[in-house]
Amino acid sequence: MEFAELIKTPRVDGVVLHRPFMPTVEGTLCLTGHHLILSSRQDNTEELWLLHSNIDSIEKRFLGSLGTIIVKCKDLRMIQLDIPGMEECLNIGSSIEALSTLDSVSLMYPYFYRPMFEVIEDGWNSFLPEDAFKDLEAMTDEWRLSEVNRDFRVCTTYPPLVAVPRDVDDDTLRKAAGFRHGGRFPVLSYYHKKNGMVMMRSGQPLTGTNGRRCKEDERLINATLRPGKRGYVIDTRTISVAQQAKARGGGFETEANYPQWRRIHKAIERSNVLQDSLVKLVEACNDQSHSMDRWLSKLEASNWQTHVKEILTTACLAAQCIDREGASVLVHGTEGTDSTLQVTSLAQIILDPACRTIQGFQGLVEREWLQAGHPFAQRCSMSAYSNSKPRHEAPGFLLFLDCVWQVLRQFPCSFQFTEQLLVLLFEHAYASQFGTFLGNSAAERVRLSLPEKTVSLWSWVNRPQEIDHLSNPLYEPNSLVIWPSVAPQSLLLWEGVFLRWNRSPRCQEEAHEEMVHIIEYNKELQNKVNSLRRQLAQLETQEPPLQTP
Amino acid sequence: MEHIRLPKAENVRLLNRLSPRRSCVGTLYLTATHSIYVESETQVLHSLICRLEKQVNTSTGSPLLIHCKNFQVLHFVFPQEQDCVHIQASLQRLSQPEQYEELYCFSYKPNVDEAERKEEWSFLNLKAEYRRLGIPNSLWKSSPVNQSYKVSDTYPAELYVPESATQQVIVGSSKFRSRGRFPTLSYYCKDNQAAICRSSQPLSGFSARCLEDEQLLEAIRRSNPRSDFMYVVDTRPKLNAIANRAAGKGYENEDHYSNIKFQFISIENIHVMRSSQQKMLDVCELRTPSMANFLEGLEGSGWLKHIKAVLDAGVFVAKAISEEGASVLVHCSDGWDRTAQVCSVACVLLEPYYRSLKGLMVLIEREWVSFGHKFSHRCNHLDGDSKEVSPVMDQFLECVWQLTEQFPCAFEFNERFLIAVHHHMYACQYGNFVGNNQRERQQLGLRDKTHSLWKHLWDTRGDYINPLYRTDNCQSQGVLRPSTAPYCFKFWSGLYNRFDRGMHPRQSVEDYLMAVREETVQLEEQLASHKEVRGQSPVDGLAFTPPQNQTSEADLSVGSEQESGIADVSFNSQLSEEGPGEKSCFKEWGESG
Repeated sequence: MEFAELIKTPRVDGVVLHRPFMPTVEGTLCLTGHHLILSSRQDNTEELWLLHSNIDSIEKRFLGSLGTIIVKCKDLRMIQLDIPGMEECLNIGSSIEALSTLDSVSLMYPYFYRPMFEVIEDGWNSFLPEDAFKDLEAMTDEWRLSEVNRDFRVCTTYPPLVAVPRDVDDDTLRKAAGFRHGGRFPVLSYYHKKNGMVMMRSGQPLTGTNGRRCKEDERLINATLRPGKRGYVIDTRTISVAQQAKARGGGFETEANYPQWRRIHKAIERSNVLQDSLVKLVEACNDQSHSMDRWLSKLEASNWQTHVKEILTTACLAAQCIDREGASVLVHGTEGTDSTLQVTSLAQIILDPACRTIQGFQGLVEREWLQAGHPFAQRCSMSAYSNSKPRHEAPGFLLFLDCVWQVLRQFPCSFQFTEQLLVLLFEHAYASQFGTFLGNSAAERVRLSLPEKTVSLWSWVNRPQEIDHLSNPLYEPNSLVIWPSVAPQSLLLWEGVFLRWNRSPRCQEEAHEEMVHIIEYNKELQNKVNSLRRQLAQLETQEPPLQTP
Repeated sequence: MEHIRLPKAENVRLLNRLSPRRSCVGTLYLTATHSIYVESETQVLHSLICRLEKQVNTSTGSPLLIHCKNFQVLHFVFPQEQDCVHIQASLQRLSQPEQYEELYCFSYKPNVDEAERKEEWSFLNLKAEYRRLGIPNSLWKSSPVNQSYKVSDTYPAELYVPESATQQVIVGSSKFRSRGRFPTLSYYCKDNQAAICRSSQPLSGFSARCLEDEQLLEAIRRSNPRSDFMYVVDTRPKLNAIANRAAGKGYENEDHYSNIKFQFISIENIHVMRSSQQKMLDVCELRTPSMANFLEGLEGSGWLKHIKAVLDAGVFVAKAISEEGASVLVHCSDGWDRTAQVCSVACVLLEPYYRSLKGLMVLIEREWVSFGHKFSHRCNHLDGDSKEVSPVMDQFLECVWQLTEQFPCAFEFNERFLIAVHHHMYACQYGNFVGNNQRERQQLGLRDKTHSLWKHLWDTRGDYINPLYRTDNCQSQGVLRPSTAPYCFKFWSGLYNRFDRGMHPRQSVEDYLMAVREETVQLEEQLASHKEVRGQSPVDGLAFTPPQNQTSEADLSVGSEQESGIADVSFNSQLSEEGPGEKSCFKEWGESG
């Protein structure tokens, strides 16, 4: 195997491991093709199994012949390995660096991973577009499932099946695709059952500087409007950014050509800015200076919370147009694969109770992120500690999860899952034994044969014991639209991710256990009372014959 | 009543800052104690008003902003400027009484007979609290020296001092301390005999010394037989303490006192705290702040920095007591602001009792009320010197709140309790926080003429219980060891944005769990009665009530879909404030052209 060449020193004895909130462990360090393993010779001590792909960067230090490697993980954890012997330390360091930055997808761990659990339902088939469409069909006949992108020719980043207005034929779609960035013609994202309004998403229109127009594109989106009704285009860019896009062939829907649409510009930042924010935020969280001024100014300078607020505000706006204004909405930015998806997916969290269940949320991630062509492989290949210059990296998905957490915090009883599910998705998006987040689009996933060769994360999550672990004990289905507050006072730093390794989780865990205990005990009593009542009722029905002579 | 120039004003608009659509028009009534605005069921206790701000007239009328001490801000618009002027003048006078007798507590007469009212005041008993601590004992004794407030007129009559301290030493020491506030016992740790003592600064100037004062400190150290030294903690910034020396005051010289370790812990003075809080409140009141506005403003106010300083100081004292077993003398200048903060924070950290509902009441009664925190001045109960006003007690309550966030199961009370204490501290409905010290309170006859808050809070304790509180888990026991890393401090929107309800979580985990627990109690009762019925003759005993499964759900569904989320969107867009309705607001969002 090729890995062997990269591993100069496969094992070192006497390595000391320091981890946050865990006792130090001394043991043997082993490097395999995919893992860094440390195990002590004592029986009961926990072993460390760390995926190389979870390693964002490392730092080496030497004190005499004792080397120290600080391993900085994509999940923001930092661990320290004290390795006796300079050569061993250098070898381990360079192996980790090589193994954690493998270029070839087919060498990734998911291709080698064999599940140690029973797959009850294959996650690769859990959320098929045709199944989702069946639900839509039950509500309306105004939409159809088009196979125009069957072989990914019309749009390389769309799935083979997309929902479009029934009265628009595939030819029109093809032409509209030519007028949209990346071929991303407007498709259905969400149907609001309450009033039949819809949310669509797309790439920017390619109007260019001379105001090109496309009748088919206009017809396509106008087909979603009820007679006499107006719709809203939510452009996630500021007007000036959208103007500038014209010079590069992009643009926006002008009033003249889209008179039935009212355009609103918002200011969601783009990928490199977001990546920079993440790096700064994590650096602020790890600052050891203990100065309040410094912390607050670094937190502010990172702009992370500003992004959270901006994204949530835009999602609220989209939801408001649909639910309160009774208008349909088209959302796009430039490519339509980042800020667009943040907005469309969060708007659904706000509007649609189904998205707040464990299954429903997975479905949402599958539909609005994976199928919709968010380039996970590019965006999540580096996290906050990476030393290399970012190319396409951006924490857009993490920001989405952060926003969901904010809503969850404000409506703690309206979600079937806990924060744990969000943290889990963050971890797996960046490094995983599962194939779900590999690749950049549906087309790539087919080309990489991911469904055939790897296990889906959903197969793991949807087992009873895992569902149980992720369930929110406070959940009471809430069929209403939930409007979060986006005031700065209402948006907090997501401690569960950003301070996870700085603070002991023990007190919060105790609180959670107590919460579970209170609720479980109540359920137990309810069952007892019910069964006693049944017994009594039975006694009552048995009694009369005895009394009648 | 003679202060009310206009008993009612009609067609007054009350604006809602967060959602303009919820503004309403109605009549504002002024009574002797309250302003009442019926339309939105708003009433304001005049004692809670801290500032009236008349703004420039607009086309809709004359705006008047009423800023309250509990952080409520009411924005009225009067169609007649004359009305506005009269109302403002009336409220100005009503909210700033000249005499104690005008305060609400002297006219507040709930339906309670005299015997019960007297009973209220004996609900908390500090003597019993010292007995609980094991005081007096062979090391500490009660001293009658201040029985008639002669040695220190701001100290309580009942004080505890080291067994070996003679009257002469105490009196001698008191003459060497600001306002006669000599070192006396605040808290005694039964487990290791270490004690927290408190005092004011010594009048040491550049070189003065006082033998009795040195003897008193030595006596305090000797009352902790297991330790051969004690800490003296000066809670002021060193520079301030040095500046005090020029005025004949100052701090202890380590060379003059045997076996002391002297330590400065800088907490800023009341003036810095007052202006810091005002800056923070300005940030809270920004109408449509961006995240950057908010965080910059919060940083600029320095508020969380000060909260951290108080908690850090408390942690230092608690560590000295629990880990080093050393006694600590805490002082600042007069020993009634920072000293009270630090001693009481240390107590909360040290002993689980002070994290219980009654324990926190006792602690406030001892460290703040009895030791002469100047509530009347700090809370500005009467028309007085604005430079005396300072949110010192607010900071203590916030420190406790910050701790409840870190240790969610360690406190018997919830956030509402802390907010209730805060509210009543300013409201003057009860007599507890009126006056500046015990002597003054006695002269005012508060115990004879007013009601006590503590009993009232205790009787309504159902509202104040933290459902997650458990005495038997590890965070509840022993000493709390909080992290004071800056990121552990949160902005307390529950207090400072208390009335901006749209900003708070729409569903309360706490209320949900309380409802579940109430239902559980009912179920337990039913279970017991069912078992009994099953044991008895089955037919007659079947008249049981069905379980009321609905309680928790009913609580939750209320207000789930609130409009403020929407309002938030609009309040963050560039729309004009006066937009009368949703539709027209909405139109302004689109970029036209």
